[in-house]
Amino acid sequence: MAISRFNNLDFMAWRRLALILSITLLLVSIVSLVTLKLNVGIDFTGGSIIEVGYQQAVELEPIRQALEADGFGDAIVQHFGSASEVLIRLVPDAEKDKAELSSQIIGLLKAASETDIDVRRVDFVGPQVGEELTEDGGLAVLYALIAILVYVAFRFEYRFSLGAVAALIHDVVITLGVFSILQLNFDLSVLAAILAVIGYSLNDTIVVFDRVRENFRKIRKKTSREIVNQSINQTISRTLMTSFTTLLVLLSLFFLGGEAIHAFATALIIGVVVGTYSSIYVATTTALALGISRSDLLLPDKEGEDMARP
Amino acid sequence: MVNRYAPWRYILLILIIAVGVVYATPNLYGEDPAVQITHRVNLVDEAELGNIRNLLETENIDYRSIELDGNNVLVRFPSEEAQLKAAAQIRDALHASDRRYSIALNLAPATPDWLTALNALPMYLGLDLRGGVHFLMEVDMESAIEKSMQRTADELRSFMREEKIRYRSVQTDKRKISVRFTSAAERDAARLLLEDEYRDFEFADSNDDLNWFIEISFNPTALEEERRAAIEQNISTLKNRVNELGVAEPVIQRQGEERVVVQLPGVQDTVRAKEILGATATLEFRLVHGSFAEWNAAQASGKAPIGTRLYTQSNGDPVLLKRSVIVTGDQIVGAASGIDQQSGSPDVTITMNANGADRMARVTRDNIGKPMAVVFIEDKFEFREENGVRQRIRTTESQVINVATIRDQLSKRFHITGLDSTREARDLALLLRAGALRAPMVIVEERTVGPSLGQENIDRGFLSVVVGFVLVLLFMSVYYKVFGLVANLALTLNLVLMVAILSIFQATLTLPGIAGIVLTVGMAVDANVLIFERIREEIRIGNTPQAAIYVGYEKAFGTIADANITTFIAAIVLFGFGTGPIQGFAVTLMIGIVSSMFTAIFGTRAVINLIYGRKQISRLAI
Repeated sequence: MAISRFNNLDFMAWRRLALILSITLLLVSIVSLVTLKLNVGIDFTGGSIIEVGYQQAVELEPIRQALEADGFGDAIVQHFGSASEVLIRLVPDAEKDKAELSSQIIGLLKAASETDIDVRRVDFVGPQVGEELTEDGGLAVLYALIAILVYVAFRFEYRFSLGAVAALIHDVVITLGVFSILQLNFDLSVLAAILAVIGYSLNDTIVVFDRVRENFRKIRKKTSREIVNQSINQTISRTLMTSFTTLLVLLSLFFLGGEAIHAFATALIIGVVVGTYSSIYVATTTALALGISRSDLLLPDKEGEDMARP
Repeated sequence: MVNRYAPWRYILLILIIAVGVVYATPNLYGEDPAVQITHRVNLVDEAELGNIRNLLETENIDYRSIELDGNNVLVRFPSEEAQLKAAAQIRDALHASDRRYSIALNLAPATPDWLTALNALPMYLGLDLRGGVHFLMEVDMESAIEKSMQRTADELRSFMREEKIRYRSVQTDKRKISVRFTSAAERDAARLLLEDEYRDFEFADSNDDLNWFIEISFNPTALEEERRAAIEQNISTLKNRVNELGVAEPVIQRQGEERVVVQLPGVQDTVRAKEILGATATLEFRLVHGSFAEWNAAQASGKAPIGTRLYTQSNGDPVLLKRSVIVTGDQIVGAASGIDQQSGSPDVTITMNANGADRMARVTRDNIGKPMAVVFIEDKFEFREENGVRQRIRTTESQVINVATIRDQLSKRFHITGLDSTREARDLALLLRAGALRAPMVIVEERTVGPSLGQENIDRGFLSVVVGFVLVLLFMSVYYKVFGLVANLALTLNLVLMVAILSIFQATLTLPGIAGIVLTVGMAVDANVLIFERIREEIRIGNTPQAAIYVGYEKAFGTIADANITTFIAAIVLFGFGTGPIQGFAVTLMIGIVSSMFTAIFGTRAVINLIYGRKQISRLAI
């Protein structure tokens, strides 16, 4: 029998608490997603973003006035990164959304500024393209979940498969929920991060499942609950280690990677933390609650002696 | 029990490390600012290279090297100032004699020759890292079909005139042409002849009390062909325009049924690029009808006499022009802007193709002394929401830029004036040279990254990779001691291999790609953590060190494979459904999974066997 470094903690004793925590987090996330919604970026809504750099710090008010004078009163003007960089966001407008708008704005800004300005970034997404991205993104997540469901069912057992997918949905909803509550900008890179979270959380879950399966086949005298508990104990140091190294890298991205990957890193940090928790408490407890037992995981041919007792 | 690897495994490992290092190395060398000179028709030869070298030397511009690279000349410079100065000088010198030279600014990889000889090239930097514009343009297929319909209607009229078919009128709709006849007999006779001549079309009869109609529309195959032709001609026109703009390594690619992706690395003036690419401007030459009085009357009543159309001149006056066009923009093969010597105003010299020249000669010969008009035509788009559905509304603006009396028979080459500025003349000449778009295009997505942000993205991406990597290395060596150091070797090799594989495939490195690399570094540790934890476990349950190593690797393998295969599936799905940047991320993730499995299992085992495998040991530094 294995002796864990963690002195054989009784993880399963806290599973009610974990259930309450998960349900609370999910409810809060869903409520926030319904009421506050996601602060989706132009990638999905369509619209324009223009980022310009000035040679020195600039006041925003004169820029707003200059834009307002030419009918861009509803443009959102803010500093971005530093006081000499300005981000202008044009709310999507069905009547005038065109790639030419950003050209007009750049012209206006150049005319209003005494010094030369540097156009750092222009993003324009037509409303139709935005709709397609939303649809494709949603489909990508859906198909990824289905593909994983099938693979895990094939490799393990359908109850594990449901447990894994429950954990993934849990992670995705809570990560989205945090983005909604904090009203962080949800763009294409965040969508990519969400998909990476799926991959990551799954990795964690599979490692735990793998051990559960191994122990079910090896140990006969224990209840399912005890075996799951033992498996978690055996894998917990690995789970925490991997999450820790991944977080080290993500924190480096978060603090040093610049504005462009900030949102991406944020989503992954949330996802990795939630994913680590869910691989312990959501995936396995779901499988356990669905009644996974020894007999479901035996290899029919090889281990003949184990067949004696279900 | 001993842990040994056969010699061939070490040879394989060393070979893979060597290949990895060689193909990853080019990425360390950075890029030189360069100017690339191509000729649109001819190959650029040694003589031309000599001329350019002389020019640079007489102008005292400092250059690093000049070479013939395929069918273009590539000049490298030590600084961007030298590059920009040289580009301007070379452009002026070459364009003085031949405007078909294209002079493009470029960043040329500074890879040493011995690496290039091995085909080892650096990764291609994406637009978000090197700066540039990405456009997604959509072809307005409805207008493409409509235009073909109008063209066909013109042909129909002349065909029926030639065949002496009696008809009342020919009208075009967006998708069909209806020809009106006064009797069923006339209609049926006409239909026989028409069906024989126009095989790509479907014919349908209809009638009311007084009129008999034939309705003509494209058959499905022809419609498909029209759409394909429209997008293909647009792509070739876009290519010409991009050449005119002087962009090195542009990407112009069809995406789906109606869209074209245009990527222009390093373009600074995105506003102009946008104007030129999307421009639908073209010219038409038409004869003027009637007198000033008639024009005013037509404007007042809003009705133009049969066979004419009412236009507005650039000074706001009305003018009536004949409906039939003498020549259109697509018959123009050359155009150059300049200054008209008599008036001193900007002008464009136009060269027609043989067909156009013939027609122009015939019409002008027969109409000497009469006025002819040059019409400037441009399509504009507007969006409107109707019943919750977004509609794109196209309006065509036609403006008469010039009305002049035909003094002489014109043919292949002639001047037009009446343009507002030299810039307008230059852009019009460019557009006429590059050819017209068969159907208007709208930009439906734009991503522009300025050069300063691109550089910042590279710097920051690089810094975060290095810091994240070093943190993981430190942590691993502290936590797993000797085994940690071995894992660190594997991690480093993993990074080298990923870069090498991306370089071999000439993948485009984007910011999400860098994020993918960083993330893989973090996750690549996982395989080693799994193995090492397993070894620790085996030692705790009383196995000997050798057995613990053996069983640890053995048991962890199944878990690692399962975990990585599922992540790989997620990456495949990402790649399949994602767009550009997401696909970049997915590719890095997939490569990372494969190379991390190789390095973390095979690589570390080889080293561990080397350290511990041969001797009797009592404890492991893990």
